[in-house]
Amino acid sequence: MPIKSYLAHPCEGKKDALIASLSSIAQCELLPAENEDVVIVITDTSTEEEDQQLKSRLDNLEALKLLVLVSGFDTPKNP
Amino acid sequence: MYTSLSSRRLFIKQMAKAAAITAAAGMFPGIIFAGEQERAAAAQGDLEWKKGPCRFCGVGCGILVGIKDGKAVAVKGDPRSKVNKGLLCVKGYHQTMCIQSKDRLTHALVKKNGTYVKTPLDEALDLVASKMKETIEKHGKDSVAMYTSGQSTIPEGYVASKLMKGAIGTNNLDCNARLCMASAVAGFLTTFGADEPMGCYEDIEHADYFITWGNNMAEMHPVLFSRMLEQKQRRGAKIVDFATRTTRSSTASDRSILFEPQTDLAVANAICYEIIENGWMNKSFVEKHCNFTKGLTNIGYGLEDKFAFKDKATPIDFEAYREFLQDYTPEKVAKYSKVSVQDIKYLAAIYGDPNKKVVSYWCMGMNQHTRGTWMNNLVYNIHLLTGKISQPGNGPFSLTGQPSACGTAREVGTFTHKLPKGVVTNEKHRRLAAKIWKVPYERIPAKPTYHTTEMFRAVDRGDIKFIWTQVTNPLVSLPKTSRYRPALEKESCFVVVSDVFPTPTSDVADVILPASWHIEKSGIYGNSERRTQHWDQMIEGPGETTPDAWMTIEVAKRMGFGDLFPYSRENHVEEIYEEYIQFHEGKKHGMAPLKALKRKSGVIWPYVEGKSTLWRFNAEYDPACDNGKAFHFYGKPDGKAVIWQRPFEPAPEKPDAEYPFWLNTGRVVEHWHTGSMTRRIPVLHQAMPNAYIELHPDDAMDYGISNGDMVKVISKRGACTMPASINERGLPTKGQVFAPFFDEELMINDVTLDAFCPISKEPDFKKCAVKIEKV
Ligand code: SF4
Repeated sequence: MPIKSYLAHPCEGKKDALIASLSSIAQCELLPAENEDVVIVITDTSTEEEDQQLKSRLDNLEALKLLVLVSGFDTPKNP
Repeated sequence: MYTSLSSRRLFIKQMAKAAAITAAAGMFPGIIFAGEQERAAAAQGDLEWKKGPCRFCGVGCGILVGIKDGKAVAVKGDPRSKVNKGLLCVKGYHQTMCIQSKDRLTHALVKKNGTYVKTPLDEALDLVASKMKETIEKHGKDSVAMYTSGQSTIPEGYVASKLMKGAIGTNNLDCNARLCMASAVAGFLTTFGADEPMGCYEDIEHADYFITWGNNMAEMHPVLFSRMLEQKQRRGAKIVDFATRTTRSSTASDRSILFEPQTDLAVANAICYEIIENGWMNKSFVEKHCNFTKGLTNIGYGLEDKFAFKDKATPIDFEAYREFLQDYTPEKVAKYSKVSVQDIKYLAAIYGDPNKKVVSYWCMGMNQHTRGTWMNNLVYNIHLLTGKISQPGNGPFSLTGQPSACGTAREVGTFTHKLPKGVVTNEKHRRLAAKIWKVPYERIPAKPTYHTTEMFRAVDRGDIKFIWTQVTNPLVSLPKTSRYRPALEKESCFVVVSDVFPTPTSDVADVILPASWHIEKSGIYGNSERRTQHWDQMIEGPGETTPDAWMTIEVAKRMGFGDLFPYSRENHVEEIYEEYIQFHEGKKHGMAPLKALKRKSGVIWPYVEGKSTLWRFNAEYDPACDNGKAFHFYGKPDGKAVIWQRPFEPAPEKPDAEYPFWLNTGRVVEHWHTGSMTRRIPVLHQAMPNAYIELHPDDAMDYGISNGDMVKVISKRGACTMPASINERGLPTKGQVFAPFFDEELMINDVTLDAFCPISKEPDFKKCAVKIEKV
């Protein structure tokens, strides 16, 4: 059950467009920086497969220049 | 007992978010996400933000605490702090949430006929003072002891030292930093003649390689690790994790290299061998700035009471050292370290490449080691042989665990052998202390007495008859608590515990004193990079809670030492600091004046003419260098650092047929040490509600153990039953198990061994032999 966080760097001048397209993806939670061109994306998926599909979808977003993985957690079943 | 999956997911999301914020801030200094927090806070009205350091780890992040109606309602990272640039880890963000805990100690409690009775603080302090005095009169000065903390503030440590060493005249003062940093101190003193790292966190922005030695920074120093990750992403800096267990740090690193416990000594020597034999030694640096020395060998493990050891340094020449290293060829070492020849050569080549800047980081893995001093010496050897030291991005860097292990334990010197400047064995240092403290010089004893393990053994033997602990929870954190818990329960010792919350240690106290928490008092901490950080009291504490420094002063006054403690309640922190910094005047260790500390979010010592010294011993940065050369290791009389010949020696207890596993213990990101604070923070407690025993999947399969099954971990000293964790947070190697020690209900320290490094006297919590049984 993967939870990941990324830094999404938009193409020049496309931060708002990137935010708009990311906002429409249900498994993504966003935290845009207020004074820099970068958006934090937290993804929450149920399976590795779904995670992979989501990653390809993100990689193909037109307004996205670069997507950098920061952390990946697989929620364990118990502590 | 287990957390629901949904709240755990929520928490993990928060961690993922915090990690991303941290990484982003490293990339874009001054980046603002805080809007999120501030928006939440704004909903609660106008907040007043007050600055201070984080209560928890030795990274020493700057925090801003949002105060409303006299209550702390929010915490955010201080964007002005050079340490964390506005970021915090999960513990940092949630730290103030423990203050309001329902079981907070708000009044003094005195045990009467087996029951704790709420008692006015004045009366409790009268009792503490009279008991201490009476014990001294009956049994002598060395029958009373104080045990303090690397979480005590600088003024708290200072007045404890002054009371014990200056006023009473006993060296029976030690602190829990003995359990975490003593080997680093002994390593610095033996190699450089001066304690604490020469570099600073700015090294992170310059290094090409970070080699972490037995150090899970992703969980223990998360903000620094994020800064390293950011450099990895931005500049391609590389992280190499050299450890006995696969952790979050290993998986985030470029390379993870695993070694058999204790063989780090041999691998470090093999790296030195490779550096010399491949011609990578920086000859001119070594000739100008280093001496070669050997110490004693087969030095023991301190397992018996009253163990004594004194090292003997004998000068040797380079050829003798080179000859010694012939036993440590990569081929020979690979056989018992389980590190491949290729990996040893890979590590050596990184250090040996003159065009690569390398920082080595370590913390408990190297320090909690029966040869901890040697391990510290050996990593210095690598940096000295290559001349990669005291320059931006090049250096060995021992990280501290506690927020003021450097500031209080090491700089103020709350160890039995220390004084605020220097050591008790040095007449000059005793004379300086006597002068500043205004006490007769003869009163300060010249001989150290009990280091931590020996102090609690002395309680057990009945030699110590009064002990006062402050800001620490030894009955969870000591090794072999199976011996020391019954020891403290004995009638022969009167136990005073000063704390914020009840703990297993306060459970055995005769008097419990209600301490102020961090932001309920003013204070000063010193972090891992020699940064001194001051904060003003932010809120009032509940009931009769009182700063530890003030309780010590009140007891001192009641014992008749009032003239030595002429401080005022309102300004004692400032007054004590002004007195304390007289010890460190000069270019080598000058502390910043209070007004600079108040203005800035921390200042690094030596603070000379209004400037922090970022890299010590390097003439380009350090005004104390005066030998006319590029480097000056002025801690040593001849200005040269020492390359020590230190061999591999085995651990005192190794897995065998009856006890076939190594036991390693440590920490988790959610909890601060013994968990007395963080287990009272709901979000952290829910995320990690109990300790566990990690096993390798093959071992688990052999024993028919699945995740969550209860497993009894047994050593010759005791046992602890805890749920199994397989392939979750960390992955021990085959033949090894790991347990965190934060959980007072699952006491893994009943199982550990109280062997210690004979030089530093720091216990080894990382290695002993156990067997396991599925329950
Ligand atoms: S990294 Fe350490 S100092 Fe920084 S917020 Fe976390 S616990 Fe506090």
